[in-house]
Amino acid sequence: MELRPIHENCSGCSICRLACAIENFQEVNPSKSLLRIEARFPAPGDYCIHVCDQCGECADNCPEDAIQLQDGVFIVDQDACTGCMICVDVCPRDVMFEQKHSDIPAKCVLCGECARTCPRNAIVLVEEQESEVA
Amino acid sequence: MLYDEIPPEIGPFDAENMLIVATGPLTGHFLPASGKTHFGTKSPATGGYADSNMGGHFGPHLKYAGYDVLVITGKAESPSYLFISDDMVEVRLAAEYWGQGSITAEKDLKRQLGDEYQIITIGPAGENRVRYACISHDFGRQAGRTGVGAVMGSKNLKAIAVKGTGSIPVADLKEAFAKGKEAYQKVKAKPGFEGWTPEGTAGLTNWANEVGVFPTRNFQTSYAGHYKNINGKAILDRLKITDKGCFGCPTPCGKYGHTRTSSGAAYVEGPEYETIALFGGNCLLKTIEEVAFANYLCDELGIDTISAGVVIAWTIECFQKGILNSQEIGREIDFSDLDTVVYLLNKIANREGIGDLLAEGVKIAAEKTGNGSEQFAIHVKGLEWSGYECRNAPSMMLAYLTADVGAHHNRAWVLGHDVAGAWTSVHDLIASGAEHEAQPKAVVSDRSAQYVIASQHTRSLFDALGNCRLQMMELGFEEEHYAELYSLITGRTKTWEELLKISERIWQLTRAFSVREIDNFDRNIDFPPGRLYEEPIADGPNQGHVLSKGDIHNLLTWYYNKRGWNENGIPTKETLKAAGLQEVVEDFEARGLF
Repeated sequence: MELRPIHENCSGCSICRLACAIENFQEVNPSKSLLRIEARFPAPGDYCIHVCDQCGECADNCPEDAIQLQDGVFIVDQDACTGCMICVDVCPRDVMFEQKHSDIPAKCVLCGECARTCPRNAIVLVEEQESEVA
Repeated sequence: MLYDEIPPEIGPFDAENMLIVATGPLTGHFLPASGKTHFGTKSPATGGYADSNMGGHFGPHLKYAGYDVLVITGKAESPSYLFISDDMVEVRLAAEYWGQGSITAEKDLKRQLGDEYQIITIGPAGENRVRYACISHDFGRQAGRTGVGAVMGSKNLKAIAVKGTGSIPVADLKEAFAKGKEAYQKVKAKPGFEGWTPEGTAGLTNWANEVGVFPTRNFQTSYAGHYKNINGKAILDRLKITDKGCFGCPTPCGKYGHTRTSSGAAYVEGPEYETIALFGGNCLLKTIEEVAFANYLCDELGIDTISAGVVIAWTIECFQKGILNSQEIGREIDFSDLDTVVYLLNKIANREGIGDLLAEGVKIAAEKTGNGSEQFAIHVKGLEWSGYECRNAPSMMLAYLTADVGAHHNRAWVLGHDVAGAWTSVHDLIASGAEHEAQPKAVVSDRSAQYVIASQHTRSLFDALGNCRLQMMELGFEEEHYAELYSLITGRTKTWEELLKISERIWQLTRAFSVREIDNFDRNIDFPPGRLYEEPIADGPNQGHVLSKGDIHNLLTWYYNKRGWNENGIPTKETLKAAGLQEVVEDFEARGLF
């Protein structure tokens, strides 16, 4: 499975970010969200959704091999991670996040809550094959 | 807070006046459209109670930063902005932003502070205390009405920037999350989700013309023949780039686009229905592009589009009737002329020439101008009338007359009772497919009072909760869901009926505040201008219809009786006591207001 953003459907309401924070951290606190909505105003006047596509750049660059692929999802091993934050720097979509109250970075675990919540289908969960065809 | 802290001696622009920036208990939570922020103050428009609200993302972020309400009093020595990053609160110098337009200032502040900051700004109109200056946010959202931007300007406060990275507590997060998700699914299942959302409030334009309630040519009539050139479809076909939603909104009414006219080109959010009505109808701008450009200019200058559309149309009519001449105005002006609108907006925002008079609002401008111009100065209590003409709509007329902030539809929208039969949502009305048939003369009855009070209580409750009402009002999403969510979020179990009792108390208190603040308060304060009860509608579906002065008196009397107010519209001692407002009773007794 993979998250696919459909930018033109996004109206910037950001409820996906709140859903993400509640699902993954049990907090009403979108700043903990593991995806970003970029609002480009006043010009060109649109939204750009940044979600993790499980590209693996973070894992490839982790000096501790602390990010491992499990069932198609890259997961941070909290015991192995030393908090160097190299993964945060190298993430091409800027969706590897430093956390306020932890030395361990956080990333999308593909729970799909953002896609299920979005009322406008601006983020959808697709099978990887489907994604490649698209 | 206003009642306790702001006595009659303090004027709207005195440093002691408060600008209260408030969220509600639902703001920022997981449910449809919880993005509201409210601004309360003593009104520059009426001298009485004022509030205005906006959507966007500011309120939620204020809560994530740890604040339910900001109360701003005093006045900065020099232009400043308020910076809030969680616990860090600073008053910072804003010399480089002072004089900038609202949109430009927001853009520059975001560039300096970062995109994660949510920002509200005022434009030159707020700085210059134009009595209908707005507060702007998110490149197109405004707390437009009652001059809250002028109060902000009077405090030398150009902007507030907030970043919140904390969490807000929820009594039962698991259940509230589940119920919130269910709410989104139920909203999506409503017919209006697909039918209403694409055009948003602009979708009302066709219907308002087909049934003849569209303010046109300074309310001389209620139908604009060119309405299909300024409607929601025109926005979609010719302007729109993206839908633009407030926090958590599943049905975004914001349509962000780009317009090009002979006066200039601009990116702009909107126009929404009200702006279409007041610039496209009332000032007769010819195309959606022109309406959108006027909208942009108002946003940048920091002017409420509703009041501006009323003030400009009044000025044009004064010119046509020879009450104001081209020397006083600075040029010739006309309806259907974008240059007229652009010229006057700039004059108003900067209080230059004729703009200094017009910046006072249509009530004061007409009082100073005289020569019969009060007859067609369309306001109640000093606040300009918004986008529904009511000479054949007695319930909506009463809603405008009794709205606590002045002639605004925010407090009650009851047109469905005036022009159609049973309905459960605005989407139903729009979809009902009214055609340009001559409308029958409306029946004036005491039922209007009950409709208006019910709507006033429902809509005020949404405002108090800090949540948008459009999913309920436009799509018919049931109110009970909000009571359930309120209970799960706050841990205080309430039914919708129980919550509505808060509205009753609010209405008695805001009325009491205005009774105390406005000199010689009596039923004349609630009266419309002469045009709306003496001049029959000129043409269109409601041609020839008008409510009589007697009708207006009857409507007010029925309403006052039902509210527990005396014949002058002043709450009685018993009514205030029943609402639990003993301290107001004592204050009224001390001031001899009963």
